[in-house]
Amino acid sequence: MNDREINELKNLLKEALPPMRDSHPGRDLWPATLERLAAPPPGMPWWDWLLMAGASGTILFVPGVIPALLYHL
Amino acid sequence: MELLERFAAGDVEAFEALFRQHQCEVYRWIVRVVRDRAIAEDLTIETFWRMYRAHARFDAARGNCRGWLRRIATNAALDHLRRTRREVPLPDDPADAPKAPAAERSELRQTILSAMNRLSPRLRVAVVLALIEEEPYDAIAEALGISVSAVKVRVFRGVRILRKELSASGVRA
Repeated sequence: MNDREINELKNLLKEALPPMRDSHPGRDLWPATLERLAAPPPGMPWWDWLLMAGASGTILFVPGVIPALLYHL
Repeated sequence: MELLERFAAGDVEAFEALFRQHQCEVYRWIVRVVRDRAIAEDLTIETFWRMYRAHARFDAARGNCRGWLRRIATNAALDHLRRTRREVPLPDDPADAPKAPAAERSELRQTILSAMNRLSPRLRVAVVLALIEEEPYDAIAEALGISVSAVKVRVFRGVRILRKELSASGVRA
């Protein structure tokens, strides 16, 4: 792949997705940021707890899966 | 006390001052990555929320608030792209749409959008910032928290995949 080919692709991309310069937020974002700060931090969803419990149980009762788990991590 | 030190200590007024200083720049950076103004607004809020939550980890002595914010903003945008990869086919902003609506051109545009959407978010961000937005490689590297050569590798890989995808769709790139 040479510079000419990269430039051709660059031109195609810029035609399909024009650069987005000089954008400004359409509103003042400070009130929403303050609101977000005041909200309690999101807790862990129940399915994550379930997944964690399942993984812990598997590791505890079938320690042979640890290498396989580590491999997939 | 300096503004950054006050922010690091958790002062909300200092945080607001930093917010006012940097919100447009953060928004502009995010909108380039996600290419959707409404989502960019939400992610700008998310960025500053993450910034405030991490205020205690900010090193006021180094003082690189801009670089730190850009890194947080890039991570927030990347998280969004990962979450919505299968749902959102790279939204195109009507205000920035090309002016010639010929059917052929529109079809080509759709093909390119689909090919871009199939790239992994980390490759897509590198390609969009380097080739479309023409950001300097060192700025992209700082925002992604990787080396300049790693950015070049990502852009090269992205370009190679895009060319392959476009060739398969009959587009000469």
